Amino acid sequence: MHGIIANTKNSMDTIQSILENRILVLDGAMGTMLQRYKFTEDDFRGERFADWPHPLQGNNDLLSLTQPHAIAAVHRKYFEVGADIVETNTFSGTTIAMADYGMEELVYELNYESARIAREVADDFTAREPHKPRFVAGSIGPTNKTASMSPDVNDPGFRAISFEELKTAYKQQVEALLDGGAHILLVETIFDTLNAKAALFAIEEVKEARAIQVPVMISGTITDASGRTLSGQTAEAFLISISHIPMLSVGFNCALGASQLVPHLEVLSAKTGNAVSAHPNAGLPNAFGAYDETPEQMADQIREYVEKSLVNIVGGCCGTTPEHIKAIADLVKEYEPRRMKIPVQGNAVQ
Amino acid sequence: MPYNSVTMNEIQEKYLKLSGLEPLVITPESNFINVGERTNVAGSKKFLRLIKERKFEEALDIARNQVEGGAQIIDINMDDGLIDGKEAMVKFLNLIVAEPDIARVPIMIDSSKWEIIEAGLQVVQGKCVVNSISLKEGEAEFIAHAQRIKRYGAAVIVMAFDEVGQADNYQRRIEISQRSYDILVNRVNFPPEDIIFDLNIFPVATGMEEHKRNAVDFIEATKWVRENLPHCSVSGGVSNVSFSFRGNNPVREAMHSVFLYHAIKAGMNIGIVNPNLLEVYDDIPKNLLERVEDVILNRRDDATERLLDFAETVVGTAKEGKVDLSWREEPLQNRITRALVKGIDQYIVEDVEAARQSVTRPIEVIEGHLMTGMNVVGDLFGSGKMFLPQVVKSARVMKKAVAYLLPYIEAGKDGISQAAGKILMATVKGDVHDIGKNIVSVVLACNNYEIVDLGVMVPPEKIINAAKEEKVDIIGLSGLITPSLDEMVFLAKEMERQNFKVPLLIGGATTSKAHTAVKIDPQYSSAVVHVNDASRAVTVVGDLLQKESSNAYKESLKLDYETFRDKFLKRTRAKEYLTLAEARDNRLAIAWDRTSIVPPKKPGIHVIEDQELGKLEDFIDWTPFFRSWDLHGKYPDILEDKVVGKQARELFSDAREMLKKVIEEKQLTAKAVFGLFPANTMDVDDIEVSANGTKHVFRTLRQQLKKREGVPNLALADFIAPKETGIQDYLGCFCVTAGFGTAALAEKFEKELDDYSAIMIKALADRLAEAFAEYLHKEVRTMYWGYASSEELSNQELIAEAYKGIRPAPGYPACPDHLEKLTIWEVLEVEQKIGVTLTESLAMWPAASVSGYYFANPEAKYFGLGKIKEDQVADFAERKEIPMEKAKQWLAPNIAED
Repeated sequence: MHGIIANTKNSMDTIQSILENRILVLDGAMGTMLQRYKFTEDDFRGERFADWPHPLQGNNDLLSLTQPHAIAAVHRKYFEVGADIVETNTFSGTTIAMADYGMEELVYELNYESARIAREVADDFTAREPHKPRFVAGSIGPTNKTASMSPDVNDPGFRAISFEELKTAYKQQVEALLDGGAHILLVETIFDTLNAKAALFAIEEVKEARAIQVPVMISGTITDASGRTLSGQTAEAFLISISHIPMLSVGFNCALGASQLVPHLEVLSAKTGNAVSAHPNAGLPNAFGAYDETPEQMADQIREYVEKSLVNIVGGCCGTTPEHIKAIADLVKEYEPRRMKIPVQGNAVQ
Repeated sequence: MPYNSVTMNEIQEKYLKLSGLEPLVITPESNFINVGERTNVAGSKKFLRLIKERKFEEALDIARNQVEGGAQIIDINMDDGLIDGKEAMVKFLNLIVAEPDIARVPIMIDSSKWEIIEAGLQVVQGKCVVNSISLKEGEAEFIAHAQRIKRYGAAVIVMAFDEVGQADNYQRRIEISQRSYDILVNRVNFPPEDIIFDLNIFPVATGMEEHKRNAVDFIEATKWVRENLPHCSVSGGVSNVSFSFRGNNPVREAMHSVFLYHAIKAGMNIGIVNPNLLEVYDDIPKNLLERVEDVILNRRDDATERLLDFAETVVGTAKEGKVDLSWREEPLQNRITRALVKGIDQYIVEDVEAARQSVTRPIEVIEGHLMTGMNVVGDLFGSGKMFLPQVVKSARVMKKAVAYLLPYIEAGKDGISQAAGKILMATVKGDVHDIGKNIVSVVLACNNYEIVDLGVMVPPEKIINAAKEEKVDIIGLSGLITPSLDEMVFLAKEMERQNFKVPLLIGGATTSKAHTAVKIDPQYSSAVVHVNDASRAVTVVGDLLQKESSNAYKESLKLDYETFRDKFLKRTRAKEYLTLAEARDNRLAIAWDRTSIVPPKKPGIHVIEDQELGKLEDFIDWTPFFRSWDLHGKYPDILEDKVVGKQARELFSDAREMLKKVIEEKQLTAKAVFGLFPANTMDVDDIEVSANGTKHVFRTLRQQLKKREGVPNLALADFIAPKETGIQDYLGCFCVTAGFGTAALAEKFEKELDDYSAIMIKALADRLAEAFAEYLHKEVRTMYWGYASSEELSNQELIAEAYKGIRPAPGYPACPDHLEKLTIWEVLEVEQKIGVTLTESLAMWPAASVSGYYFANPEAKYFGLGKIKEDQVADFAERKEIPMEKAKQWLAPNIAED
């Protein structure tokens, strides 16, 4: 485990220097890929959770324990098509989100195993292709509760979760992800900036306690055409609100297709000295809730990002597949990365 | 687009960037950033009221108006001694976040308490400003707080304040700023652009020499900071500068504009300014502008005087004509009053000499002529019609007058040369504001009190030690900032712990009667008085140190504060009640195993057949006597009262005459029956006593109003050891009367068509009965029960304030249930032994009677039951085995409405 921790310092320098030279490719959706396996309730449970009192189908994070080969296979597919970074299967890996399944106690194990699986696959690729090192980003989702909005329209002052509760939950996830070998921490799909600030606070505490540096990617979500996060912030307000933390990149993901993200990426690109990331959905969902933008259609839109030099890291979110990522990876190879105005390192030094 | 040069600058140049739902980026090109101040309980009375009354919706409107009115940041402050600041801050911020038209601007979280700041930081998604931190408590705390603020992602206001105190001159401002900046930037890695210095805007034109450079020093220090400490901002609360002209808005508005005009030029880029109190610089009339600039920039020695003179014309109160000496033709008192009000010392010696010749003792000039004038000064100041510097000038005139009189007073050798009393004055720990305290000190000194002034930031132990060493008669505490309120509470507790008896005066801008009554008074068993202006201080101190009457005055103060407290608590918390079970769980838990219980020396029932009335005279409290005649005021002041004094003196003289006759001719008969019995509490709220081999049970009622954490819900039963402890405790009951003979006498007077005397004898009998109850309580404490036998050794004055134990009476606040009188009558056989009977409605006859219980436990204290809920009424009915309807009927005034 100590070896892994020591590794993060290394990986940070490596990622930074790579970022100066080329656009990095992030993987695509995990959920979309897992759907292809058509796992049943029994598959989700496996032997170990056969008698678990809660229904478990849909608890994708759990598959890292019950179907680890499927998870490893998905990571492998993304690396094969050219992804530099894969995200761990831990989007809901907090005690808060796992409460729905009564699995709060398993949070450490879920995150640790997910990171370990992804890391094993990544190390394998890096060993084979040392010129293109692969990275694991520990995925830290927003949880299913919001710290600055009330779930009760009649009581706007009410909060279902507090900063302290979020911080405690995130800290646990962060520690397990790092122990499992994640190179990067990715706080993503931020619809409430306050939740993200709790996650960032937790990360800073872990960094301080372990006396380590960890590259942190921060990715917000612009919910709709209003151009704001769910909690009401504009892109620039969001950026200002999370800029106190040393970060590798800031960007947006989910909710919108690649084209709809352009104006917001332009704001980030203009206002931040850090790297900019984007991992949009495969368009907007159709009437059946499915994403049907083809890899070519999506890559065509992402061409605007690279032509305008808006991004340093790009990948996919909901509805994207290895085919989409391949199209994106093939596209960005041809382009120079966005020039960063502040060296990442300078900002990362505490 | 991406490489536009302006945005490049924005990234490379370190600009202060804040956010609500929308960004606020402050660049050198930005106009002055105005911070809305109305959502600050210390700055807006309306906001304070709304928060206290928990009208958060209306409070949100204030925030909305601020934003609509152009505030680019809103400052939110909940520091008030009577508010749960943390809870209010979180609640209000949560509500703001739900209002996009307010939440679009960044929030300034303003508190002197770190826990409130941190709670605020935890509920706001945007980048806030913390207001404020400083080196006041040392580097370690400063660094710790800065680190956390950084981690929460907020900018910070740094006060120019260090371990020594607040920076009050140019040099100290730049030294502290430099030191703070170095620590933040080099040791905490705090982004320099996120540092905002508050360089302390202090009042000018206060009449004090040391305040003259307040504005200039701020402006020059601002310039220095902006030039020498890269990327940081400078802010401040502008209205402070014109503090000495409060009440005179035209002058204040001009002062704010002039100050801002110069401060902004020097680099102040953020500020808390009330836009309603701001004149357009160019619209300030030229003659006013010149005088204001003279003061702000300290351009002339007589700048303050000139602005003061001019201010009067602005308010429109001053008469024209520069050397109008017509007032010299007026009567003597008018001339002295005018000299004091206007601060004219030219003629004061002449006038005081004239006054001296008109009285028999020179001291009367001080007590009469001069005090009359000072009272006018106090009233004018209190109502905002006089300003601080003028009061200081008045005090100067007063001093001069007193100085002239002193030799005559000493020559009179009637001992008056000695100070009237010694008063300790201090601004409490952590607070540096002393203008108010100094004025009170000056004015008190003028009134022949010796002042021991300990200065500012005085730690509690220093106050306690000085009070002991100097043997002071009164302690006066002052404070302006909110944490001082807690300091005062702490000091009161400490004084209580160390058995202090001297009265405690509380003053200063954030103090209030409500806070004093609710938070301080309950901590200290001796008198606590809230005094917020100098001339009232003189009256209060006079009353407190009046040898003959001070005890009565102190008692009336206690009562007054208790009533005020009850009213206040009822008003603010009317709806929060505990169930009876919860209230019982929160009962007072006395550590019985560590309590020494003194068994009564003379247990059983005792009867006093014919009490000698002469012994009761000293125990009479005269204030209620005057009240019964509809003359309101405290004895003995009331005798000198402007309105009712003459009437009161006549009445008093008649009363004394009648009392003398009553005593000498034994016109009334006073009797008492009382008993001391083994007793224990059963089932939490009942007290069982054994008298003459029979068990009797008193049912007590328990407070159900929700209390602050740590404050118990009391019932009288809490003061008696519970049966299950196995410890034998005791309870006393009594009935005294001084009413036998009253009816006959009254009837006789009525026959003689002398209603005056008829009423008088009843009023006197009432007073004698109360005096008897007081006298008997002392006898019980020192002899019959004897738990305070040492009390006898000390002098009478001490006895009256210092005794332990209480004698609550059924029908009064602690036990409003009159029904228990029936049990007292049963236990003591009151009717058989002394002939006092109970009417159908349980009133005692003769009327001049008092009955109640004796509780000896040192923790026993008077309290008000307050409102109770239906569950307790039902429980009470069951315990007493009476129908619910009957219980409801007797307890009606105390049953809370749902």
